[in-house]
Amino acid sequence: MADIILNKIYVKVWRQNSPKAKGRFETYQVENVSQGSSFLEMIDILNDKLILEGKDPIAFDHDCREGICGMCSMYINGHAHGPDTEVTTCQLHMRKFHEGQTIVVEPWRAAAFPVIKDVMVDRSAFEKIQQAGGYVSVNTGGVPDGNVILIGQDDAEEAMDAAACIGCGACVATCKNSSAMLFVAAKVSQFAKLPQGKVEAKKRAKAMVAKMDELGFGSCTNTGGCELACPKSISIAHIARLNREYLSAKLSD
Amino acid sequence: MSTLNSKIPAGPIAEKWTNHKAKIKVVSPANKRKLDVIVVGTGLAGASAAASLAELGYNVTAFCYQDSPRRAHSIAAQGGINAAKNYQNDNDSVYRLFYDTIKGGDYRAREANVHRLAEVSPNIIDQCVAQGVPFAREYGGTLSNRSFGGVLVSRTFYARGQTGQQLLLGAYSALNRQINAGTVKMHTRHEMLDLVVIDGKARGIIARDMVSGEVKRFGAHAVVLATGGYANVFFLSTNAMGCNASASWVAYKKGAYFANPCYVQIHPTCIPVHGSQQSKLTLMSESLRNDGRVWVPRKKEDAEKLRRGEIRPNDIADVDRDFYLERRYPSYGNLVPRDVASRAAKERCDAGFGVNKEGMAVFLDFKYAIERLGQETIAKRYGNLFQMYEKITDVNPYKEPMQIYPAIHYAMGGTWVDYNLMTTIPGLYSLGEANFSDHGANRLGASALMQGLADGYFVLPYTIGDYLGNEIMVPKINTNLPEFEAAEKAVTERLEKLFNIKGKTPADHFHKKLGAILWDYVGMSRNEAGLKKAIEEIKKLRKEFYADLLVPGELKNVNPELEKAGRVADFLEFGELLARDALNRKESCGGHFREESATEEGEAKRDDENFAYVAAWEFKGVDEEPALHKEDLVFETIQLTQRSYK
Ligand SMILES: Cc1cc2nc3c(=O)[nH]c(=O)nc-3n(C[C@H](O)[C@H](O)[C@H](O)COP(=O)(O)OP(=O)(O)OC[C@H]3O[C@@H](n4cnc5c(N)ncnc54)[C@H](O)[C@@H]3O)c2cc1C
Ligand code: SF4
Ligand code: FES
Repeated sequence: MADIILNKIYVKVWRQNSPKAKGRFETYQVENVSQGSSFLEMIDILNDKLILEGKDPIAFDHDCREGICGMCSMYINGHAHGPDTEVTTCQLHMRKFHEGQTIVVEPWRAAAFPVIKDVMVDRSAFEKIQQAGGYVSVNTGGVPDGNVILIGQDDAEEAMDAAACIGCGACVATCKNSSAMLFVAAKVSQFAKLPQGKVEAKKRAKAMVAKMDELGFGSCTNTGGCELACPKSISIAHIARLNREYLSAKLSD
Repeated sequence: MSTLNSKIPAGPIAEKWTNHKAKIKVVSPANKRKLDVIVVGTGLAGASAAASLAELGYNVTAFCYQDSPRRAHSIAAQGGINAAKNYQNDNDSVYRLFYDTIKGGDYRAREANVHRLAEVSPNIIDQCVAQGVPFAREYGGTLSNRSFGGVLVSRTFYARGQTGQQLLLGAYSALNRQINAGTVKMHTRHEMLDLVVIDGKARGIIARDMVSGEVKRFGAHAVVLATGGYANVFFLSTNAMGCNASASWVAYKKGAYFANPCYVQIHPTCIPVHGSQQSKLTLMSESLRNDGRVWVPRKKEDAEKLRRGEIRPNDIADVDRDFYLERRYPSYGNLVPRDVASRAAKERCDAGFGVNKEGMAVFLDFKYAIERLGQETIAKRYGNLFQMYEKITDVNPYKEPMQIYPAIHYAMGGTWVDYNLMTTIPGLYSLGEANFSDHGANRLGASALMQGLADGYFVLPYTIGDYLGNEIMVPKINTNLPEFEAAEKAVTERLEKLFNIKGKTPADHFHKKLGAILWDYVGMSRNEAGLKKAIEEIKKLRKEFYADLLVPGELKNVNPELEKAGRVADFLEFGELLARDALNRKESCGGHFREESATEEGEAKRDDENFAYVAAWEFKGVDEEPALHKEDLVFETIQLTQRSYK
């Protein structure tokens, strides 16, 4: 376990006191950070210092700190979730940075994700997309035995690949069009691979895509940036599946 | 001392729930539409409850502190969920799951609740499958199972190492469907800060909008708390940063008894603490003990060399490895329950066999499983966990054993509830990890997900009718009533008080100090002198907090430090209750180990004659001693014996 100490690094971070306020970058010095620490632990150290200096600490979203809740969301040195691959911001470790480095930290930037404060953004647009159709319409109770519905291992695994999306929004933040296609595709594709999802497949694809368009996300031009930024490696093959589902739904209109 | 009425139905254990359901009130659809229910917390327990209640026709208002219900801490559960399906034909049954849970809980849970949990467990799997939860499957298309600690059958259902995520996303989808239908009004980024009680009944809550800072009132005919566990009182735990005791704590202060706070689960397989900058601990799922073997060096000099970095674990030959769980517990081996595995690790490390620099780690080795099954199979089972481990530690667990050490993980204690899941405040319910009811003094792996979903999908939607059936004539709750006004004022004043201390120390510093006191004196091993010391130190720390706290920022804006300050203030009171409960319980049981009560081999020794009861505490004032109420545990079906996993 590496615990080399970084004596001094610089954090250049976006500060914005409220949604309407004008934002700006501020640069702070941070000392004595163990390379074994996580990126957010480094921000904790910086915030502690800011508080003790009588300044306002940096507001940021985080909760589980183990890469699964999807809350953390920093754009670090030009990459959503920073320079490492297949990790969220909270899983990024200071081993990826070196002595004296200046680290630039920004919020997700997308019209559909307005800044709330500093690097904390409002992702409620994602909620609305899920509410529009991200479910199988079953009530509690009165469902068949779990083993009545047989699902081949490959289909189950593929559904799981798609279902692994944590709703972080890195795909949107990375896309030059701020498209939410990968996020929507992950849900549509999960259900498309399962018999339970088939009944409402058409309705779901149309409703979720319509909501996405309505909320100001851009359109997908297949640049593939989202896939690279996604901490859960959600494949753009799911976008192709979404397109097929959507098209067949539209054709049967 | 008064006795509590747990309202356990009469009759044979296997018929209690059925009989009870037949007797309790049912509310008509027309009346359900007139009734409002508040659900605080939308993790597994809260999301499943909110969705199910709304499907039934109630008007639901739900709250969570994250920006989405999908981010509740349930999302982090890795290993799996139990159910008595007997799909493996290995002689599993409702009775066996019931028995394992009572035994695993070291005979400190209520029989009737646990049996009901086992009874509804198969329905949970069916429900989740119907929602499209992508559980692992066999080649033939049937559902797969794996084994977990403390049991001899294979009854755990899973979705890779992300079972909690997939179950929560299932409940979240059901909730979203109701939000879309307009039957649930969801408030994200809202933190409940007080409970409103009118004429002895729960009638609403006060919550702070965490974006605008506004303090708001919400009224309802009943209030459901599904706000999760309190393990974060220890600062370092496997819980998410925001997990807290505050909602349960304000309910406690308004009259809801708090049960068995000293029952805290310490999970044996977590990534060890490194240095002093750490903010949380990461769990490595218990499922890993299916294929990983736990060991430390047999020779002390090898352990010393490891600590100094002079040798690597793979330099130690098999004969020089002490597989201490297999040695001490031949029949369960690496799959002993969590409390047993944790204490055994501590015992080896305390004896000088720890393997990391700090001497506080043991090995969990997959070499043997990889030799037997191949790397591909292991990757399929645990790939994401191995990746997580490597990202954090920079060590490849396919090549070198993982280092693990016990960490605070789960709260068995919680708000006291009766068989209907109602607290001692009429109209106030508590579900999921927030209540105390099903796990006794130690929870078995994969049983928390089961309990949360049982409570939310299949218990509360029935039992709440028994109370709301009497409320149908009560009009919409008016939030202009003086009780709401007083509660809102108290919340605002408290926030101002914390904000205006303007001392020199941020909230986290107090939280870390509190955590250190609890870990040292109220952790894996406890004794009378230490517990008394802890109580005094916590009181002292609480005084310092109110003299020297520093909250930056603004009251009426996003202010994570203000949120933290409130939670830490509550933890500083709750921590004392935890220590008091541990002091009162002079026996050892499950996760609660009193050094004064051990067998010659160092195993926990229960005292059924004096302690076969639930300790439910009543609030008497912050600096007053709480009153103890005992609910005697009556075992009609299972005979009490000392647990043995040998
Ligand atoms: C790392 C980890 C792995 C685990 N693995 C397993 C496993 O494999 N199998 C298993 O069975 N169990 C496991 N558990 C335990 C299990 O995940 C939890 O006990 C369970 O998910 C708790 O669910 P819950 O709904 O009660 O609470 P949570 O999921 O914690 O939800 C709490 C909810 O309450 C809200 N809330 C809290 N306080 C407030 C407030 N004051 N105001 C408003 N809202 C509030 C939160 O926003 C959230 O929505 C694991 C736990 C951890 C930490
Ligand atoms: S698709 Fe990937 S990047 Fe986009 S929200 Fe899901 S997990 Fe995040
Ligand atoms: S804090 Fe949960 S994913 Fe990063």
